[in-house]
Amino acid sequence: MLDKNGIAKRIAKELKNGYYVNLGIGIPTLVANYIPKGLEVVLQSENGLLGMGPFPFDGEEDADLINAGKQTITTLPGSAIFDSAMSFGMIRSQKVDLTILGAMEVSENGDIANWKIPGKMVKGMGGAMDLVASAKNIIVAMQHVNKAGESKLLPECTLPLTGVRCIKKVVTELAVLDVLPEGGFRLLERAPGVTTEYIRSVTAGKLIIEGEIPEMQLD
Amino acid sequence: MINKTVQNAEEAIKDIEDGMTLMLGGFGLCGIPENTINALVKKGVKELTCISNNAGVDDFGIGLMLQQRQVKKMIASYVGENAEFERQLLSGELEVELIPQGTLATRCMASGYGMPAIFTPAGVGTEVAEGKETRNFNGKEYLMEMAFESDFAIVKAWKGDTAGNLVYRATARNFNPVMAMAGKITIAEVEELVEPGELDPDQIHTPGIYIHRIFQGKNYEKRIEQRTVRQK
Repeated sequence: MLDKNGIAKRIAKELKNGYYVNLGIGIPTLVANYIPKGLEVVLQSENGLLGMGPFPFDGEEDADLINAGKQTITTLPGSAIFDSAMSFGMIRSQKVDLTILGAMEVSENGDIANWKIPGKMVKGMGGAMDLVASAKNIIVAMQHVNKAGESKLLPECTLPLTGVRCIKKVVTELAVLDVLPEGGFRLLERAPGVTTEYIRSVTAGKLIIEGEIPEMQLD
Repeated sequence: MINKTVQNAEEAIKDIEDGMTLMLGGFGLCGIPENTINALVKKGVKELTCISNNAGVDDFGIGLMLQQRQVKKMIASYVGENAEFERQLLSGELEVELIPQGTLATRCMASGYGMPAIFTPAGVGTEVAEGKETRNFNGKEYLMEMAFESDFAIVKAWKGDTAGNLVYRATARNFNPVMAMAGKITIAEVEELVEPGELDPDQIHTPGIYIHRIFQGKNYEKRIEQRTVRQK
């Protein structure tokens, strides 16, 4: 089973040279720490920055320079800053190659829910609805089950939707799964030490297992 | 050059009245018009509709106006860091319209570009789409979203000149340029107010035509929400 950093590390292997990537809040943010050496990847922060650098050194924080999670960050040589309309312009027009975001639920037809629990929690969708409606390539990074132990990979989402039929891939602490266009989660890889039987037992949506499922290679 | 200067925030908001619709720039606490918000809190105008990406935190930014119950309706994309906001929302005291962040930005932009509506795929198939006109372009569904109308837009820039030309700094730019374009009356507060000619015309982010009132703010707190650092 992977920890949060392990999930981020596995997702980082999906990056390709020359990608512009938007990282959501939470586990997706950690992906920045594992960008494979030798790859040129530009991180987009939807509050208006391309070329997001690492966190600043202690004492060098700049209140005017934050990421979409409101964390202090830095720019890099070649960074660019722009307003919010242009930021979502480049998202909507599919200039951003890959979007990685968290989710509360993903359904077997690729629907995602991640912004509201009616009557309990209302944080808002932020940029998530814009991202999932337009991105060519979306990976969800999340825990396989919720705090109550219930599967987050479902036949249908129960929470208010963020987007429909948009998720292509899910990486959890247990598995890497593709969401098939015709519906269903196809198991691609198991986390080290995790059995396919266990993954089946915590996946409520349709799970497709074909042949031997390899363990993830993290290094 | 037309001089847009007013003395201070109090003078800039003198005709903001109960029940008006205000746009407020900023992302989280970054690039928010601190001086003007404090003046609105002091003035105590009520029943406001506020359009802003976030709602501040409990004791800073728009959060201060929420504590005074000055806001009737909040239109925002993300309100996760404000416990008082969440309480007022869940108890029904506050009317809230949550909309996708890109839709929010683009509805401001449309207003400033003189376009009545935009089409966006954000929210198709979700509760955001309820009651909205949709249209299919090239096989994909889009929602029609209307340009925002606001009585006042209130923005914060780094530098401005007395003619109203603005330059923003780093990611404190965010929603400020598009909101500046969208107010019937736009108020800009700046950290440094300079004379015409001191800003390079090639480097202006918001041309002064969009700005009606400008003043140099003071005592900027520039609070950081998530101070995140690495060690040397």
